[in-house]
Amino acid sequence: MELHALTVHEARELLRKREITAVELTQAILERTSLIDGKIKSYLNLAPEAALEQAGQADALLNSGSRAPLLGIPVAIKDVISARGLPTTCGSRILKGYQPPYDSTAVTRLREAGAIILGKTNTDEFAMGSSTENSQYFTTHNPWDTSRVPGGSSGGSAAAVAAGEASFALGSDTGGSVRQPAALCGVVGLRPTYGRISRYGLVAYASSLDQIGPITKDVTDAALVLSVIAGHDPQDSTSLVGPAPDYTRALIPEVRGMRIGLPQEYFASGMDREVESRVREAISLLESLGAKVEEVSLPHTRYSLPTYYLIAPSEASANLARYDGVKYGYSADGKDAWQLIRRTRGQGFGPEVKRRIMLGTYALSAGYYDAYYLQAQKVRTLIKQDFDRALEKFDVLVAPTSPEAAFPIGEKKKDPLEMYMADIFVLAQPLAGIPAISIPCGFAGELPVGMQIMGRPGDEEKILQVAYTYEQASEWHKMRPPV
Amino acid sequence: MAKDYEIVIGMEAHAQLLTKSKMFCGCSAAYAQAPPNSLVCPICLGLPGSLPVVNQKALQQTIMVGLALGCKIRIDPQQIKWDRKNYHYPDLPKGYQISQYDLPIAYGGEIKIALGGEERRIRIRRVHLEEDTAKLLHADRATLIDFNRSGVPLIEVVTEPDIRSPQEAKAYVEKLRQILRYLGVSSGNMEEGSLRLEANISLRPAGSAELGTRTEIKNLNSFRAVEKALAYEVERQRKILEAGGKIQQQTMGWDEAKGVTVLQRTKEYAQDYRYFPEPDLPPLLLNKEWVEEIKSHLPELPEALKRRFIKEYGLTAYDAEILTQEPEVAEAFEEYVAAYPQNPKAVGDRIARSIFPVLKESEDSLAEIKRRLPPWVLGGIIAAKEQGKVTTSTADELAARSARGEIAAADVKALEAVFAQYQRIGTSDSLLPVIEKVLAENPKPVADYLKGKDTVLRFFIGQVAKETKGQADPNLVKELLVRKLEDIRQGGTNQ
Repeated sequence: MELHALTVHEARELLRKREITAVELTQAILERTSLIDGKIKSYLNLAPEAALEQAGQADALLNSGSRAPLLGIPVAIKDVISARGLPTTCGSRILKGYQPPYDSTAVTRLREAGAIILGKTNTDEFAMGSSTENSQYFTTHNPWDTSRVPGGSSGGSAAAVAAGEASFALGSDTGGSVRQPAALCGVVGLRPTYGRISRYGLVAYASSLDQIGPITKDVTDAALVLSVIAGHDPQDSTSLVGPAPDYTRALIPEVRGMRIGLPQEYFASGMDREVESRVREAISLLESLGAKVEEVSLPHTRYSLPTYYLIAPSEASANLARYDGVKYGYSADGKDAWQLIRRTRGQGFGPEVKRRIMLGTYALSAGYYDAYYLQAQKVRTLIKQDFDRALEKFDVLVAPTSPEAAFPIGEKKKDPLEMYMADIFVLAQPLAGIPAISIPCGFAGELPVGMQIMGRPGDEEKILQVAYTYEQASEWHKMRPPV
Repeated sequence: MAKDYEIVIGMEAHAQLLTKSKMFCGCSAAYAQAPPNSLVCPICLGLPGSLPVVNQKALQQTIMVGLALGCKIRIDPQQIKWDRKNYHYPDLPKGYQISQYDLPIAYGGEIKIALGGEERRIRIRRVHLEEDTAKLLHADRATLIDFNRSGVPLIEVVTEPDIRSPQEAKAYVEKLRQILRYLGVSSGNMEEGSLRLEANISLRPAGSAELGTRTEIKNLNSFRAVEKALAYEVERQRKILEAGGKIQQQTMGWDEAKGVTVLQRTKEYAQDYRYFPEPDLPPLLLNKEWVEEIKSHLPELPEALKRRFIKEYGLTAYDAEILTQEPEVAEAFEEYVAAYPQNPKAVGDRIARSIFPVLKESEDSLAEIKRRLPPWVLGGIIAAKEQGKVTTSTADELAARSARGEIAAADVKALEAVFAQYQRIGTSDSLLPVIEKVLAENPKPVADYLKGKDTVLRFFIGQVAKETKGQADPNLVKELLVRKLEDIRQGGTNQ
C-alpha cells in the first residue's frame, strides 16, 4: 500500500482504525516529495519538521478517539493563502521574505479540523497565469509529462495532489485557476459559489472573482474538504450567510431524470479533437445513466474573455498597490519615498503582473472608466443572465474545462493572448459567481482531460452529485501519473 | 477704480469620529496617547489578504451628523456604497483609501449661521464616511510611520459654494464644530487634527452668475487660520484679476508662520483617483426604522437648547448663545441653576465671570473646575452676594479662587461665613422632611425609579431645590434621596 497515493477518505479510514499513524502518512508523503519534487517542483516552501510535529499531535488526538474531520491528513496550501509560520510569496519577488502574522480563515478551519500543513505550493505570480510559468521562482512540471505545464495558476497544488506530494491541496480560482490545472493534472478541482469560502487571508488578485477551492484526488474528498472550509465568516463581508451544509450528503450515485445542458459555445471549433471526444464520451455515459442531455446556448460566452480582462486587472491594479516596499517584502533603495516605491515595484513585479496593473489602471482612468470598466460590468450582468436562464431549464451544465490537454513548457509564454485563451472555458463562471467542478474524464494520448460541471449559485450539491455519479461509473480518478 | 467682486467659498471638513474601534477593524481608535504602532492589526496595516468589515457605530454617528445638518439620508431602497480612492503615499497602507464616491450616506442639508445680526444659510452638499491614514513623523534623516491612526473613522462634510466672506467661513466652521461636539461624535480638536479643513475659493464680478476659477487651500488648522488664509487669498486673487490676469486652478497651502498661501500643486498635476466600487464591501441598505430611531435619540442641538434657555430661564439671546457654545458649559449651567434656581441670569453671569477666565487661561477641564467649585458653593456665593452678605468683589474673589483651586485657610473662614445660612438646611434633620414630602407627592416618578429609571433622580433633586429655595446642598440631597428610595424598595420605613 502506497500511503502517498491514498485519498483523504481512504487515509482517514485507516487513521481512525489506527491501521496507520498520521506520522507514517506524513512521513510517506514527505519522502515521496523529497524523491520527486526535484522534477515536479510543486512546493515553494515545505515545512517537514512542523508537519511531523503536527502529525504527532494528530496521532495523540486520534488515540484519544477524536473524530475531527481531517485529523492527521496532510495538505498543501497555494502560496497566495496566508498561513502563520510560513512565508507567503504569491510566487512574487515583491513578497520575498514576507511571513503573514495570521492564518487565513480557510487555514484556520483546516487546522481546527486536524489537517497537517505541509507547505506552500507554487503559483503564477499573484495567481495571474495558466501554467505557473509566471512564478518568479520556478515553473512547476506536470507529473504526467514533466516537459509540460501543470496548468495554473494553482499548478503547484494540482501537481502536488496528482503526484502524491499531498493528500489534498487548496488552490484559488479567479478565472479558472483551480479547475484548469486540476484538468491538466488529472485531479478534481472545485470552485464553489462566490462567497461560499471566506476570502479572509487569501491575498487578493481580483476581489469580486477570487474564490478558494479544494484540489483533491476524487469527488468524495472535494465534498469532505468543502464541508470543512465553507460557511459564513464575519471577517469577510462578501461571504454567504449561514453555515455550510455537509456536502458528503450530496454524494448520491444517481442522475436519472436530471437535466444536463451542453452549452454549444463550449464545443468550439479549434479546440483539441481528442479533448472534445473524451468530454462527449463522458456525457454519453451520463446519458446512459439516465440523465437527459440537451444543447443550450450561452450567447454572451465570447465576451467573457474581454470582460474578465477588464474587471480582473482593474481590481488587481488597486489590490496590488499596497506592495510599495514601505512595510514588508522586497524593498529597493531610493533617494526618497517616491523613488523607493517606483523601484520596488519596477524590480519586484514580473511582466504579466505589470501588464495587468497597467491594463487595470488604464481601464479605471478618468475618461475611460465608462467605456471599459463600467461597460465590462454591464456585460458581466449579461453573462450572468445567460447562466440564470440556462440553469432555469437545466440542473447542471457540462463542458470541457480546457480546450486542450497540458501544453509544453514555453509554448505559450511569449504570447500573452495565446496564454489567456487557455482559460477560455473557465472565465465565465467566476464572472457569474456560479459553482463549477472539474473532474478527470479520460486521456488525450498520455495526458489527462477534464470535464467541467457547472451549477446554480449556492447549489454545490447538484454538481457534486453529478460528478460523483460519473466518477462511480468510471475509473479515471484512480489513475496515477507515472512519475 | 477697483471693480467690485463677490467672494465664493466652499468648505470641506474632515472630522474623526469618537468610536471605540476603527472603521474597518476591531483595533482601538483612541490612538492619541498610545505608543506608536501599538493599535494595529492585519486589516489597518493593509497586510495581504486582510479584509474590511464596516463599523456600525461609525455608520450610526455619520447618520447622526447627517440628520443634525438637516440632510436626507440614503435609506433603503437607495443604496450606500463604498469606493476605493487610489493613490500611493507611504501613510496609506493599502495604496487606496476606502471612501464613498457617488453614493454618500447623507446629502442635501444646511447649516444656519448668524453673522452681524443676519442669518445665513450654508447648504451642505454631502456627508460621507471614510478611513483615516497613518501618521508620518519626520525625523532627522528618516520618516517614521505610526499606523495607530490608520483606519480611524473619518467623516467628510462638504458645503455648496454658499459662503461669501472669510468671516462667514470662520462662523460656518465654528458652527459645524459645535454641532459635532454636541452630538458627541467628534472632539473637534483642530490642534490634534481631529478636525481638518480645506477651502475652495474664487472671485467673480458682483452680479455675475458664473463661477470664477477657484483655488483650493489646505492646512487650515485653526478658526483663525481659516479666516486669515481666505482673507489673504481673496486679496491675492483680487490683485491678479484687477491687473487683468487670470486665476490658475491650483492647490495652495496656508503658511501660518509667514501668513501667506503657497502653491502646492497645479491643475496639470491633479491626481486621477480612479474611484471604483470597493469589491470587498457589498453596498448597504440603511433600514428606515434604524434611521428613525437614531433621529429620535439625537441629543438637543445648540439651536434648540438656546431657545429653551431663553424660554425656560429667561436668558437674553446673547447669554443663551454664550452658554450654549460648548455642550459641557451648557450642561454645567443647568447643574448650577439647579443649585440656585431663583436667578438663572445671575448663575449665567457668575459662570461667565468666574469660570470662563479659568477655562481660557489654564488647561484645566470644566469637570475639574466643577469639582473645585461645586454647584452648591457657587449657589451660595450668588445667594450671599444677592442678599448683601458679601460685596461683589468678595464674591468674585471667592468664586475665582475656588475655580482655580486656590482656596486658602483664610478663604475657608470667609466661605464658612457665607454658608452659615446653609448650615440650617444642610443637615439630614432639616432635609429629610422635605424629601419625604417630595416623594409622597410624586408617586409616579417613585415607581419609575423603582423600575430602574435612575434619571428621575434629577427631577427629585429639582423639586427639593424648589422647596428649599435652592438652599440645600444637592449632593447631600441626592444621597438622602437615594437612601430613602432604597428604603422604599426594601419595604422598610427607616426613621
